[in-house]
Amino acid sequence: MLDVKDAVVRYGTITALHGISFNVQQGEIVTLLGANGAGKSTTLRMLSGLHAPASGQILFEGKDVTKTKAHEFAELGICHVPEGRRIFPQMTVQENLEMGAFTRKGSTSEDLDKMYATFPILKDRRKQIGANLSGGEQQMLAIGRALMGRPRLLLLDEPSMGLAPMIVATIFGIIGEIRDSGTTVLLVEQNAAHALHLADRGYVMENGRIAFGDLAKNLLNDERVRAVYLGESVEG
Amino acid sequence: MRVWLTKAIVRRLLITQSIVAVIELMTGPAGSNSQPVYGFSHSFGESSSFFGLFRTQRWVTFFFVGLICWGVASFWISQGSRVRKSVHDALAFPRAATQKRPVRWGAMAVLLGFAIILPHVETAPFWQAAMVEQIAVYVLLAIGLNVVVGFAGLLDLGYVAFYAIGAYTTAWVTGALPTPALFHHALNPFFAIPVAIAIVMIAGIILGAPTLRLRGDYLAIVTLGFGEIITIFANNLYGITGGSLGSNQIPHPSIHLGPIKYIWGLAPVPYYYLALGFVVLFIIIFSLLERSRVGRAWTAIREDEVAAESVGINPLKYKVMAFAIGAASAGFAGVLTASQLIFIFPASFTLQFSINILVLVILGGMGSIAGVVFGAILIQTVTEFLFHSPPSGYQPQDLYIYLGALLVAMMIFRPSGLIPSKRRQREIRLSEAEHEGHLDEVLTGDDT
Repeated sequence: MLDVKDAVVRYGTITALHGISFNVQQGEIVTLLGANGAGKSTTLRMLSGLHAPASGQILFEGKDVTKTKAHEFAELGICHVPEGRRIFPQMTVQENLEMGAFTRKGSTSEDLDKMYATFPILKDRRKQIGANLSGGEQQMLAIGRALMGRPRLLLLDEPSMGLAPMIVATIFGIIGEIRDSGTTVLLVEQNAAHALHLADRGYVMENGRIAFGDLAKNLLNDERVRAVYLGESVEG
Repeated sequence: MRVWLTKAIVRRLLITQSIVAVIELMTGPAGSNSQPVYGFSHSFGESSSFFGLFRTQRWVTFFFVGLICWGVASFWISQGSRVRKSVHDALAFPRAATQKRPVRWGAMAVLLGFAIILPHVETAPFWQAAMVEQIAVYVLLAIGLNVVVGFAGLLDLGYVAFYAIGAYTTAWVTGALPTPALFHHALNPFFAIPVAIAIVMIAGIILGAPTLRLRGDYLAIVTLGFGEIITIFANNLYGITGGSLGSNQIPHPSIHLGPIKYIWGLAPVPYYYLALGFVVLFIIIFSLLERSRVGRAWTAIREDEVAAESVGINPLKYKVMAFAIGAASAGFAGVLTASQLIFIFPASFTLQFSINILVLVILGGMGSIAGVVFGAILIQTVTEFLFHSPPSGYQPQDLYIYLGALLVAMMIFRPSGLIPSKRRQREIRLSEAEHEGHLDEVLTGDDT
């Protein structure tokens, strides 16, 4: 579904991504793991058009989207839940959700009902402004807003950031449901244990390169991953 | 074989041609008491140039204009449903729970009634002139700048340029500039209104498209430069604009339509009603826009441009739209000023003017149409009052001391304006709270 080939991203003279290649297949959750500065967020910025690659190619459903601009991705079927949630703070919950369907013509009431069924808390708060929501509610709103665009591929940037463990569990449960309802998910996450338990496959990034990738259950048992990302000491 | 010349086509052709004939008469030479049919007999026969291409009689020009109108109308009828649908889509965005009463019709009607009888209550010539030249014009400019600053959140310090372009366009199409007019036959200033609005909107696009990639302070500097460039052009392009002396041959608007014959003369009151009509029109259009899909896109860009892009809004497109739409009312204000005062000169379109309008918008309440209208009326009335009957020791240049003090006081006690827009008020409170640093829950991420 999504195919990244040798993508190089530079910020000025600094190369952030040294030619990364990976793919995401229809209907799976793929997670990108890595330490701070490994290039995870840069990868997502590149995939949502915020930073164009200097070379390489991005294919989405066989179409070249390397040069596509940020605002054109939503219409293509790739919706981005940005890092730090970035909901519209002065719009109500409902207005925020409606903004998610901006590129779509016609009625959104059906999608709204669906979102309120997925996130019942948002229904209770639909007339409150975004700024007054708690962090977890804002994250749900950000995911709901992206889903309103009916994406085929959902990009999630650090959905667990700054949230209480219980809320993280709820949100990861919902991400699983999103996959089960047919939306492919690319998940960038620091919380490797959570992400790998949920994901089908994972890639580990180091210093702007993809170090290795495997099925999530293999990565969970991989010594390198266990040592660095799951915080377990390796014996022997 | 299909019959090409159907009845509907012929009917449309006749309708457009008769509309054009009426316009032809209206813009033609005026009649007089001694020769009442002068306009009728001469307007068709007079020779004119066809958009500067070749000389011909006026009726030929207008016949071709009519043909073009007919073509547009036919295209609209065959393709119009698509256009109508997209316009409808653009205006129909807020679907569910937003505001229940978008406009307080009762209050609006009372205020409008008051505005209509005002010239009969206040009959002092000074105030009647001030109502048009100082208040109505500033209200028009303030509601237009409010679209740019208040709705889209773009700081424009060169807004007066659009006002100047509107005024100079009027002078141009009415044949009052040294440069040849757009049409050979000078247009009635009445018909300068759509031309001027179209030209300032195009100017808005020309300025906006390359510069609106800039943000915040950078944009303010570029717009400042644009305002200065327009003034300097007006001052120095002697052969085109008349230089620093400006232009002083602009006719008053008039209507000659069958039995209706009316000339806007030197008296300000008829201009007041003309301005009032357009103020109401612009207020209706701008408030519809604010509540539309376009308005929602502006709000989204203002609140978080990255998030707006992530939901599929093209920020550049909507910012350019804000520039063009906001410029429209300044274009009309330019026509109003030029055709009422009959002279314009570059010195009246200064940076100070842009800043004055911005002050009105900020005092009234950015993003709130009621606020900026109220702010403009209040400040301009007080200014005129001080000018008309100054307290002892008051000098006209002292005004800016008081305005400055008022701005400072307002920033302390009412930072979001006299009649703030609800959303903008919360935005300002939010950013204050963020600066004070106790809003951890609200922080919506940074740019890393």
